[in-house]
This record gives sequence, structure tokens and C-alpha cells, in this order.
Amino acid sequence: MQLNQLTIKEAQEKLEKGEITSVELTHACLDRIKEIDDRVKACLTVCEKEALAEAEQADARRAKGEKGALLGIPYLAKDNILTRGLKTTAASKILENYIAPFDATIIKRLREAGAVLLGKTNLDEFAHGASTENSAFGPTHNPWDFSRVPGGSSGGSGAAVAADMCLFALGTDTGGSIRCPAAFCGITGLKPSYGRGSRFGLISMTSSTDVPGPLTKTVEDAAIVLAAIAGADKYDATTVDEEVNPTDLEAMGGLKKIKIGLPKEYFIPGTDPEVAKALEEAIEEFKKLGAEFEEVSLPHTKYGIPVYYIITPSEISSNLARFDGIKYGYSAADGDDGRSFSLIDIYKKSRGQGFGPEAKRRIMLGTYALSAGYYDAYYLQAQKVRTIIKKEMDEALEKVDLLLTPTSPHPAFKLGAQAADPLKMYLEDIFVTGASLAGLPAMSIPCGFAHPEDGGEALPVGMQLISKRFDEALLFRIGYNYQKATDWHKKKPNL
Amino acid sequence: MNLSKEQIEHIANLARLDLTEEELKKYGEQLSAVLGYVDQLGEVETKRIEPTAQVTGLENVFRKDEVEEWSREEIEEALEDAPEREDRFIKVKRVLE
Repeated sequence: MQLNQLTIKEAQEKLEKGEITSVELTHACLDRIKEIDDRVKACLTVCEKEALAEAEQADARRAKGEKGALLGIPYLAKDNILTRGLKTTAASKILENYIAPFDATIIKRLREAGAVLLGKTNLDEFAHGASTENSAFGPTHNPWDFSRVPGGSSGGSGAAVAADMCLFALGTDTGGSIRCPAAFCGITGLKPSYGRGSRFGLISMTSSTDVPGPLTKTVEDAAIVLAAIAGADKYDATTVDEEVNPTDLEAMGGLKKIKIGLPKEYFIPGTDPEVAKALEEAIEEFKKLGAEFEEVSLPHTKYGIPVYYIITPSEISSNLARFDGIKYGYSAADGDDGRSFSLIDIYKKSRGQGFGPEAKRRIMLGTYALSAGYYDAYYLQAQKVRTIIKKEMDEALEKVDLLLTPTSPHPAFKLGAQAADPLKMYLEDIFVTGASLAGLPAMSIPCGFAHPEDGGEALPVGMQLISKRFDEALLFRIGYNYQKATDWHKKKPNL
Repeated sequence: MNLSKEQIEHIANLARLDLTEEELKKYGEQLSAVLGYVDQLGEVETKRIEPTAQVTGLENVFRKDEVEEWSREEIEEALEDAPEREDRFIKVKRVLE
């Protein structure tokens, strides 16, 4: 086995025993990136020199007796997470050359833990999308089938983990952006509870649902990364000082008497039959492990997408107002005729030229939804329906311990297949917006394979587990027991 | 829900986006389609429902309002990102005519 294929847990044991060094581990990942990333295109920036220096420091810390679950572990971060001294582009032309003067809190915490940053991964511009095709720097390819999307918006992170370019990757999830690529790439992706991890230093998209989280090879690894990045942060007043999950998942016990709810609105005829079958088999597996099932109903599920596509563009139009061509980022040059532009011209031209099509669409949609005369009908109504969706999910989670659903109604689709119709792309988020709107923790884990309807090799299928607010521990317990009993998470793309 | 060209131009102006004729047309059609889809929210009875402001129930999170000194290096790094600068200042176009 190559070192870059190790899980965090495995690598940590080998580092501790002195069998390998962080420098070796980091080299293995960098070599893998060099070997395949010209085809996968998961990384926007690779910082080889800095990574090797960090790896040497980690080895030195370990030599002095320090221990740590992430000490010397190489990772990649989505390129909407600020990294001091290293470009952060949000996959947008408007930030093409932006270098942050500070680290995001989660990056800072990982630095302190001794994790080794290898570089930055591709995404849909400003995380707007479900396929990574909206990147200004070109799409990422799914390692299972290069003609298909890796999902999005954390598609670079998903593809990089699936292709073993790193031991784990950071993503952000606003309405499915960690879970969707995790499902399409056949890996584990955790969207923590809203407020669990600091948003300070993430490039803001939808401040009321944005959360950072890990994309990993196993559930166990997701627990390790969450423990490192979670916790209250004085720079993000929405973070919560709740007990962070335990990382000893073995000690949490089995699944006897765990009651799993199946929301009937998530098991619908439009779902790919092989995806539905993979879910059925997963349910059977859970039954063997002692879990009990119960059908629940979330009747307002169908309003999740319309609510999300009002609230999200509204917050985007506000958050992206900071890009004005003055303080940082792309600035339109004066006209060719030597005429000097006015201030407002600079705003409009810098934004018009700097933002890509999806960012502009969302800014326009949000501006409209928040504008005089339309606020009540759109934004206010959406926030009220959101209250109903949240209440409905909370009440269901009083009756059962957690909810189980497909992550996506189908496996990864072809590049370009949905790019022409933005509304169709928005409908991709059908199963993932609920947990985001309600701020609940949700995790996608691999549970089988499905042949895409338009032909080709079988592709990974993900199932989504949703639990009560701040009960990531239960997700880990369920996922850990499932991964002990099955080996879907060990399947690798043939590259 | 069909947005007129004037409405699209008005939104683009509010959003401070300089758009081409082609973009105005394309976004007009696409926004109309999306708005047509979200119009179904109107079906939901929400008379007695409070809008969601936040989901975690946190209240009054305070911290001290203190100046945190940045090092010269950090200040320089932040200023480096400005498209136009002069010494310690970021240059802005004339605001008053």
C-alpha cells in the first residue's frame, strides 16, 4: 500500500511507531498529485516547498515527544478558506491573485495541531454550484469516470480524497457542498451542525448556513478532523461552546435499539433504481446490526429548494457586495480612450468582468428578492417556511434518533449535462438543503454503486445520515459501525 | 413570472453589475424561470409563523471591543492586495465632483 492511500488513523499509528515520517507521507501525496492531477484537476494551488517544511517541523515536534492525531498528516483545503501567504481564489477571476494576510480559524487550528497543508482545491466559483463546473479555472473531473463531475461545490476536495492525493481535505457546506461530492466520489463527508466550526476566514456565501467540515476516507477520520477544527471562536459569534465529539468510536457501542427514521418524502419515484437498491441494502445491513426503522414524514421537504434558492442568493448578494474593485481583487482598468472611470463605473465594471455567470445570477436573484416591494413575498416568506422545515425536522428527531436518506437521487452526471439549465442544477440539492436550513449535522457515507442511466461504469452511491443539532457523535457511531460491517468505503477508483 | 428588460437593468444597477446585452437577456430568462419555480412558496400558510433568524438559539454573544495590533508585515500583506495604493493608503476614485 502506498503511504498516500493511508487513512489518518493508520498513518498516525505508523508515525507514532516511527515506521514512517511526515516528510515521507507528504512526499507520497505530492507525488500522487504530480502523477494524476493533470487529469483530475482537483488542485488550484500546490505548495510543495511549504508543505515539506511543515512536514519537517511536524517530524521535529514528534521527535521531541509530542503526540497528536493530526501531527504530520497532509491535507488539502478548499480554495474558499483563507490561508496566510498562499493564494485563496474562491475559484473566481475576481480573486485570482488574492493572498490573505491571515489564516482562517480552522486553518490556524490545524497548523497548531501540526497538520501539513499541501495546497488548495477547486470549487464552484464562491461555492455556488453542485458540480464544480462553475470554477473560473475549469472543472474538476470525477476520479471514477473522468467524463463526469465530482459533485460540488467542494468537488476538488472530494476528488482529491477519492484519488488519494491527501489524507483528508477541508470543504464547506452551505446546502450540500460537502455531502454531494462525498457521495459522487465515494468518500465520507461531514457537514457539522451550524455553529460547530468557526466560519472566520471562510469566504462568506450564505452566513446563516455556511459550515466548514471534513472530507475523509473513513468516518473515524471525520471524527478526528472535526475534533481538531470544532469549538467556539471569538471571531465568529455564531460558534457554540458545546462539548466536542469523542474520537474513540469503538467505545460508543453498537447499534442495538437505535431508531432510524426514513422520511418518506426522500424516497421518491424519481430516484435512480440502483441508488434506491443500494439504500435498501444499507437499511438491511443496519437491521442486521440491531437498528430499528420507522417511517416518518416531513411534508414540507418539497419547499426546501425554493426556500434555499431565495435565502442563499439574498445572503450572497449582500456578502459579495464587498468585492468592489477597490480594497482587493480584480479592478477594471480605465478605458482605452484614456478617459478616467468614475467610482461607480469601477464598481460595476470590476464586478461585471470579475464575477462568473453563476455568481452574477445569484447576486441578481438575491438583489431582486431583497428589493423594495418584493422582500415580504420572497425573503420573509422563505424565512417563515424555513421555520416550518426546521420545526418539522426537529420534531421527527424527537421520535427517532436519526434520519437516513439518499444523498443524491442519482450518481455523478456527465460534465456539461446540466450546465445549460441553472434551475435543473438547483434541483440537484433536493435531499441536502433540509439539514442546512435547519442547521442539523449530516454526513454522507458510501453505501454501494449504481450504473448511470446514460451508460458507463458503476459509480459510488452515498447515503445521508442526519441527527439532532450538535449530535455529530451519533452520526459517527452509526457510520463507524456501518463501515466496520461493510467495505464500500474501501473501494478505490481504478486510476 | 416574467421580468422585463427594464426590471433586469434596474436589478443589475442595484447590484452594481455592468452586464452586456446578451447577459441581460440570458439572466432575464433564467431569473424568470427560477422565480416561477420559487413562487410555490406562496402556497404555504405562514400567518402565525415567525421567520427564522438563526437556528442555534444563541443569545447576546459578547466580546471585548479591543484593537488588536497587526505587525508591520501583516499590514503590508493586507495593503499588497489593493489594486492601487500610495504609501499606506488605498487609492479610491474621486467621490465628489
